[in-house]
Amino acid sequence: MVDPVIASRLQFALTTIVHIIFPVMSMGLAPFLIYFTWKSIRSSDPLWERQRRFWTHIFAISFVVGTVTGLVLEFEFGTNFAAFSTFAGELFGGPLAVEGMMAFFLEATFLGVFVFGREKVGDALYMVSAVAVGLGTWLSAVWVLVANSWMQTPRGYELARESGQPVVTLVDPVAAYLNPRFPWMFVHMQSAAVLSVALFMAGVAAYFVYRSSGGERENGTDGDDTGADASVTAPADANAAADTAADDDARFWRTTLKIALVVLLLTAPFQVVHGDSYGRHVAETQPQKFAAMEALYETEGPAALHLIAIPTDPSAFTDPRAENLWTVDIPAMASVLASGGDPSHTVQGLDEFEGSPPVAIVFWAFRAMVLLGFWFVGLAAWAAYRWRRGDLFADRHLHRALMASAPLGFVAVETGWIVTEVGRQPWVVQGLLRTEDGVSPGLTGAEATLTLAGFALVYAALLGGYGYVVRRLILAGPPDVESAGSTSSASPTDPNAESAAPKVTGDD
Amino acid sequence: MTEPAGQALAAVAALGPLAGSLPVDLPTLWVVVVFAFLGTFLFLDGFDFGAGALFALRRDEAERERILAAIGPFWDGNEVWLVVFGGGLFAAFPPLYAALFSRHYLLLFAVLGALICRGLAPEFYEQREDDAWRRWWGRAFVVGSVATPFLLGIFVGNWLLGTTVTAAPETVLVGLALVALTVVTGGAFLALKTDGALAAAARTWGLRALAAFLPLTVAVLLALAARPTVRDALFAPFPLALVAATVAVGGGYALAIRRGRDLIAFLAAGGLTYALVALVAALLYPTLDPATGLTAAEAAISPLALRLLTLSAALLVPLVCAYFAILYSTFSGPVEAEGY
Repeated sequence: MVDPVIASRLQFALTTIVHIIFPVMSMGLAPFLIYFTWKSIRSSDPLWERQRRFWTHIFAISFVVGTVTGLVLEFEFGTNFAAFSTFAGELFGGPLAVEGMMAFFLEATFLGVFVFGREKVGDALYMVSAVAVGLGTWLSAVWVLVANSWMQTPRGYELARESGQPVVTLVDPVAAYLNPRFPWMFVHMQSAAVLSVALFMAGVAAYFVYRSSGGERENGTDGDDTGADASVTAPADANAAADTAADDDARFWRTTLKIALVVLLLTAPFQVVHGDSYGRHVAETQPQKFAAMEALYETEGPAALHLIAIPTDPSAFTDPRAENLWTVDIPAMASVLASGGDPSHTVQGLDEFEGSPPVAIVFWAFRAMVLLGFWFVGLAAWAAYRWRRGDLFADRHLHRALMASAPLGFVAVETGWIVTEVGRQPWVVQGLLRTEDGVSPGLTGAEATLTLAGFALVYAALLGGYGYVVRRLILAGPPDVESAGSTSSASPTDPNAESAAPKVTGDD
Repeated sequence: MTEPAGQALAAVAALGPLAGSLPVDLPTLWVVVVFAFLGTFLFLDGFDFGAGALFALRRDEAERERILAAIGPFWDGNEVWLVVFGGGLFAAFPPLYAALFSRHYLLLFAVLGALICRGLAPEFYEQREDDAWRRWWGRAFVVGSVATPFLLGIFVGNWLLGTTVTAAPETVLVGLALVALTVVTGGAFLALKTDGALAAAARTWGLRALAAFLPLTVAVLLALAARPTVRDALFAPFPLALVAATVAVGGGYALAIRRGRDLIAFLAAGGLTYALVALVAALLYPTLDPATGLTAAEAAISPLALRLLTLSAALLVPLVCAYFAILYSTFSGPVEAEGY
């Protein structure tokens, strides 16, 4: 039987770590889908309608899984963290309620129109539904991050007592909800989502480009990079149809790859630069977290940056007062990062705070995230160089690197959230409420253990099932779209993805 | 924080007192709002659940696909009403949310499990055509569709009676009544959306479910009347009017189904749902948690926060209604197996 506090924390960690994958997928895909929808309406080229449909399938399944796993988190605040909910509900519950009303309804209703309604609505309403779905996913992030950032840098509240229980009451909504952390978190998160999906798309596209250019080059046009931009000249000849379909698919993936790389080139360097400033903000507002990120146990004048820090005594992994660290350092670099350039800046060490996060987790998660961030910049630069050279579709090492990197954006997001959430420990609301004091008082170890085990099983199956379905959708390739002006605005005759027979719409 | 954004928000916050001039006090208003969210969820997602139950009763593959297609565009939006019910309860009455949800810990995780089944099953079902795959995901869909209202009914029953155990005999009756009610709603919905043998079967099962729902409701009421704490609240004008309305609307449903007036039957099913939820709210109020005696006024957040929440809801709920109007009018016609 696991202690209810530990089990609740593990369960929340597990359910958030699984959940975040799906909103990242839908938030990251949203701008691409809006773009593809716009192009498919404005252009007679079936390429864009195919892009829209292909990625919409992946969006839709991600959205559904995100819905059910998100509801779990909402319930867990009440079931597992009742003391936290009672204490902070006045500040924390409001943003969640507004998320539902402002964002979630917008996404979920217009998703119905977006996924099932291409034949039923005109171009204008269809475009509106694409934007509404995308806007909904991003507004959802706004309110979730308003709530979360308040737990990092709580403002606008007053401590009070209600029937003997300490609670926070709202005194300044503006200060509370536009707290110092919120803009940092929102920008970093949304950029990370778009970056992650760009990597994912690039990896998928690279796989198909890699596969179609496998062996010797049978088709002379495969090697050059004009494919995506040149308009397809449909051969009148019927027996060339199979070749044309293969050409269309090749062109489809090259377009995907190029679009994904453009976005990668914009977001990857931005994320590194933004992350650097974000780190300074954390050093100012949550010095304890910054100290854990850098494994700084003692306050130092010029503080060195530990590239690697390993305790020489294994028990020190959990001991915040560990002194014997084996480190590889850059002298004064932690001071430079914390202050934005001052090598003699004093950085507070963990010895100044009461309680400490598990340093090893925060330290290594942070390093993994930063390393991945730099790798994404390198990957983007490599691809950009190949593109300029004109052999983007020929560099098989690059394709392999892109394929291997397809899930790494998600890994970076997970490690980033681990830094954010574990780095705040032992507090659930920084400086106000300890996590262990937030757990439901009546919860038994048996109950908590049962649900923890249940989630471990159900979520393993859920991840397996999601991976299986997404893999199938990808391997099935882009759906066929009736050519010959099928996407022109005058006659929206394209059948819905699964349906074979286009139907007449009689009732709109 | 940027100045213009700060000023705008301050202006919005200043509008809050307007909400304070409403004729009702805000904690009471939020009891109504939260139960209205719950009622809307049970009505709208209720037809999805009912469709899931009817899915089990139809063997023909084309009919099954048609049932899935009928709810396809709607169910996700419908389920958000549950999210805002939870969110509204959390935001307006945090101590109640905390007490209620932690008290019924295992029950609520069972609800979540059922909802996960129900949400994922249709998506997975349609991924592959082979028999074994479809048999299993079809079962998962049915189990999720029936278990969710059953478990939620137990939860609402426990809440109302202040039960601290996972389930009591009376609250199991509430669960069964709710399952029957979702089939009443789902039957009318499928009658409206399909034709031929499927629509005829949907009407038949809708009537049968009504024939189960009304006696179950009576049984629940008798069980409630046997409890001294609830009896007084029950024998008051408003609850009795709701009971009378339930009987009348139930008769209206039966009549409408027999005459093929499916839309009216569907709306009548909604009436039954809202009456049931209103009855629960009326029996609770002004207490919100009979187990601890916590009242709405005690559980509510501070006036400033509640005004802000009220203002947000006042701005957003009309928009939400507009989204649903667009969604339901877009897919207003009958459905084929391939979709609308």
